[in-house]
Amino acid sequence: MPCACNMVEFYHSVTLHEEQCVGCTNCIKRCPTEAIRVRGGKAVIAPERCIDCGECIRICPHHAKRARYTQLSRMQEFKYNIALPAPTLYGQFNNLDDIDYVLTGLKEMGFDMVFEVSRAAELISEATRKLMDAGKLKRPVISSACPAVVRLIRVRFPDLVDNVLPLKSPMETAAAMAKQQAHEETGLPYEDIGCFFITPCPAKVTDIKAPIGLEKSMVDGALAISDVFPMLSSKMDHLTSIEPIANSGIIGVGWATSGGESAALLNEKYLAADGIENVIRVLEEIEDERIGELDFIELNACAGGCVGGVLCVENPYVAKARIQRLRKYLPVSQNHLQGGPIPSLMEWESGLEFSNVMSLSENLQEAMMMMVQIDEMEQEFPGLDCGACGSPTCRAFAEDVVKGGSRKTDCVFVYRKQLQQVASTLSALETAPCVLPQRDGEDCQRQSP
Amino acid sequence: MSMLHLHYDVPGDDFTRAGEASGDVKHKLKRLGYEPDAIRRVAIAMYEGEINMVIHAGGGEATVDIDPDKVDILLQDHGPGIADVSKAMQAGWSTAPDNVRSLGFGAGMGLPNMKKYTDLMEIQSVVGEGTTVHMVVNPGKK
Repeated sequence: MPCACNMVEFYHSVTLHEEQCVGCTNCIKRCPTEAIRVRGGKAVIAPERCIDCGECIRICPHHAKRARYTQLSRMQEFKYNIALPAPTLYGQFNNLDDIDYVLTGLKEMGFDMVFEVSRAAELISEATRKLMDAGKLKRPVISSACPAVVRLIRVRFPDLVDNVLPLKSPMETAAAMAKQQAHEETGLPYEDIGCFFITPCPAKVTDIKAPIGLEKSMVDGALAISDVFPMLSSKMDHLTSIEPIANSGIIGVGWATSGGESAALLNEKYLAADGIENVIRVLEEIEDERIGELDFIELNACAGGCVGGVLCVENPYVAKARIQRLRKYLPVSQNHLQGGPIPSLMEWESGLEFSNVMSLSENLQEAMMMMVQIDEMEQEFPGLDCGACGSPTCRAFAEDVVKGGSRKTDCVFVYRKQLQQVASTLSALETAPCVLPQRDGEDCQRQSP
Repeated sequence: MSMLHLHYDVPGDDFTRAGEASGDVKHKLKRLGYEPDAIRRVAIAMYEGEINMVIHAGGGEATVDIDPDKVDILLQDHGPGIADVSKAMQAGWSTAPDNVRSLGFGAGMGLPNMKKYTDLMEIQSVVGEGTTVHMVVNPGKK
């Protein structure tokens, strides 16, 4: 039995629905950490490698990969419920010209309070500016807002863990602020107050269950935008009055799209990359010190930023255009730090630590011996990276064979070669002279004249 | 004889491929679980050397030997050679043409950086024949 702590550490929102999996090669080839293999005709995800980016959900043609998220019924467990909408939510609605329609709609759904995550985003932006001005952060500073990117760095970029901004996410900060406010207003104890993030992506779901940089999340659940959308849009269609709830500006709402967090730093020495492949290329170049002139690196695993999350309903570029239009009528920023030091509720409690799950062995000598074997074995495979063996590439397959998870004959080409050898041996036997003594009923024709 | 011996041909005049060899070495070192700081130093120094071969020498060859206690990198080219090695080692000194500088290369930091990030660096160069750069990175040093 694995202990409970490990189970939390390896909690994943991204899960496989076996009955729908046909064992095709789409997901194994897309995974940025090579965490998936097909074994026995079904995909298997290695929990220690998965970063919950959602790429496999996006690519799976059979919808066998899905995200686990909180059901709306969880709200019944609390006396007082708070909705924390990600600004991405605003981009899902056509012809929206006032964010308060969305926020009032959430209240109609049964939430007692709605606290925009973009409010906390504005405070995080201000805190980032302060920390960067104070020169206390290792340059270039890498944003910690995308949980899939933080997890990617943790498993693939050991040298960059110290560059990650040690601030909590806007979601976490918003939860802390909202719960405190609700507690003060209602007098209810914290455990009676439920905080639900309305999420565009599975990585955030994981970030609540197994957070990085803090012991325990203040968020009690993550509702998928796609799950909330039907009920919310219907409530929005039948509103009789609009409550003035919205209280954030261009800076906070801008976090929904790639480049928004960077623009909020008011420093042009930044780069914003989105889409997991582009993110990896940028991280590789930072590691090689090929990107020297920049102060801040914003990375989003999804194309377009959070609007590209797999739990969104709208095309990311349409959502981005809508958010651009919505922002136009907002003030720059409506939330500010009260001077003095950065509140501790915004800072990470512990730093990011490298998790060595990609190396071949914990023992360097042994790893080197394995790599020699892998290099040799790779030559025996065709180099087509077809994936039919269940591993994403011929190289990964050689690793799997050396590590003991696969057999060489799982490769159809090796298998065919062996079959041909067997066949030619058989046919050689067939033409060989019959030297065995005859048994009853048998007749050795080849010896007959 | 090293435990792991790697060899790469570095094609000349193709900036899009420059960095493939050092990228592969970095990737392999990570899979070995090599010390992160040593990986970083190898990646930076070897990339610089690789780029130099592409910019100045029309490509060359890279040989990398990996052992638990050191990464040994040998870069050999048959380019024009360096007339004054000590001058080339000075920060900011470069003979890179303008078209290369416009790509962001040729700042004259290549050789100084290679020296800075490695535990040993030797250059042998003969004008008209080529250049050989030998670098060693020991994990746990610097």
